[in-house]
Amino acid sequence: MVEKFDAIVIGAGPSGNAATYTLAKQGLKVLQLERGEYPGAKNVQGGIMYAHELEKIIPDFRDDCPTERHIIEQRVWLLGDDSYVGTNYRSESFNSDKPNRYTIIRANIDKWWGEQIRKVGGLQICETTVTELIRDPSGKVIGVRTDREGGEIHADVVIMADGVNALLAKRAGLQTEAAPENVALAVKEILFIDPELIQQRFGIKEDEGVVIEIMGKVTKGMVGTAFLYTNKESLTIGIGCLISDFKNGDCPPYKMLEDLKNHPVIKPLIEGAEMKEYAAHMIPEGGYKAVPQLYGDGWLVVGDAAHFNNAAHREGSNLAMASGRMAAETVIELKAAGKGYTAANLAAYKKKLDDSFIMKDLKKYRELPGIMHGNKQFFGAYPDEITSAVHNWFTVDSVDKKTKEKQIMKSFIKRRSVMGLVGDAIKLVRAVR
Amino acid sequence: MNMMVKVEEKLYQNRYIVDESRPHIQIKSEEACKSCDKQACTFCCPAACYSKNETGGVTLVTDGCLECGTCRVVCQDKANIAWDYPRGGYGISYKFG
Repeated sequence: MVEKFDAIVIGAGPSGNAATYTLAKQGLKVLQLERGEYPGAKNVQGGIMYAHELEKIIPDFRDDCPTERHIIEQRVWLLGDDSYVGTNYRSESFNSDKPNRYTIIRANIDKWWGEQIRKVGGLQICETTVTELIRDPSGKVIGVRTDREGGEIHADVVIMADGVNALLAKRAGLQTEAAPENVALAVKEILFIDPELIQQRFGIKEDEGVVIEIMGKVTKGMVGTAFLYTNKESLTIGIGCLISDFKNGDCPPYKMLEDLKNHPVIKPLIEGAEMKEYAAHMIPEGGYKAVPQLYGDGWLVVGDAAHFNNAAHREGSNLAMASGRMAAETVIELKAAGKGYTAANLAAYKKKLDDSFIMKDLKKYRELPGIMHGNKQFFGAYPDEITSAVHNWFTVDSVDKKTKEKQIMKSFIKRRSVMGLVGDAIKLVRAVR
Repeated sequence: MNMMVKVEEKLYQNRYIVDESRPHIQIKSEEACKSCDKQACTFCCPAACYSKNETGGVTLVTDGCLECGTCRVVCQDKANIAWDYPRGGYGISYKFG
């Protein structure tokens, strides 16, 4: 006899965990399947975790959730060949009882999630790869097939939280392969180092953290960004670019990462640290226009598998948790109302998403991915021109300031032309309006 | 800066549970690789699982695979890569992620 659940959740990342926990807490019989050796074994995140969405699901998460440092300072750096120009925002008020952002180590958080799920009666099974969705003759999803012996499991509804590759939806014809310009590849390393050194180099106390978001020459003109985050006893450094750009270039991602680590302004910050893991992961970057069908008869898709990522603000895990929670709440509400999980009824999930920051933010930035992809000057020419301009401005060499202004303006115009500059300004406004 | 980067040294730090003789990714047709002028998989894969070989084709060794999916996305116009996840419990096992 095939075992039957109220709901099956595929994947133990932020979206799957949020969905499973929410369902189990309301007393539904829920099974979460994870292909990794343990929860988190297949997951990669920068990572910054935003508290607000987690708080909605587990209000007292701070009691035992193994976060790293709460962020008190955010830096944004534009790198030149041997320089950076940037902004910092630091505030003592980020040292509150309930900080808003934390650096995290993904695997630690996912193990903690596993414990929380067990506490509310959810069943999480690892080392099990789901190979396909099971559908009845009408096409309704009624369960999943796994790579375990006799691994057929049935449920009233299946929530796909299987991450950016979204193999199950693709195999079932519910999604198409992501275009190379709609996904980025990011690589990162975790570097262990004496916490005292972290505190000295970044000017912070124990538990306080700094994050640096980076653009510029290190991506070699490709559309991409890099980052450096402070954990308790380690630093995380990474870089990612659109796959379409990696494909048209000839620089392997690990070479790009190595060049970042050796950049003259980065190197002193990570000096002496010991590399303990190298990871790679794809990131959905296509935004609003790349969001696939989100529900159908007997199924919902959440998190990265639904292409929920706000590239402009580097938010992903909060969209994942929020979408997981909304999917679960939709299922709970339909069950309570005695309604079936038909596509028409599950459309309530899409309504929740549309009414939330998830779709509102993705919609606001709907033009951004296309504009960035088609205008490489934002990642090549501008970082170059801006760092050179600042360098010129701060070099005191008896050239009068008016002449310096002219030199800078001339350099920008030579690179982009007057119309080019005006056009770029319009494009930027369109991209973020 | 023109230095060689040894990705093997990076991968060496990782924990893998290798499913002996059951590669989860396969090249469908050797010939299709030979006729691919870009062979982008050989420089896009973050674990350097793909390398150009003497016959003009591409050799795939999945042992260091990070299961990111980049090769599948890169090769979608040729659709010459059969991409699957490893069996449950096998493959990359991130300690930190």
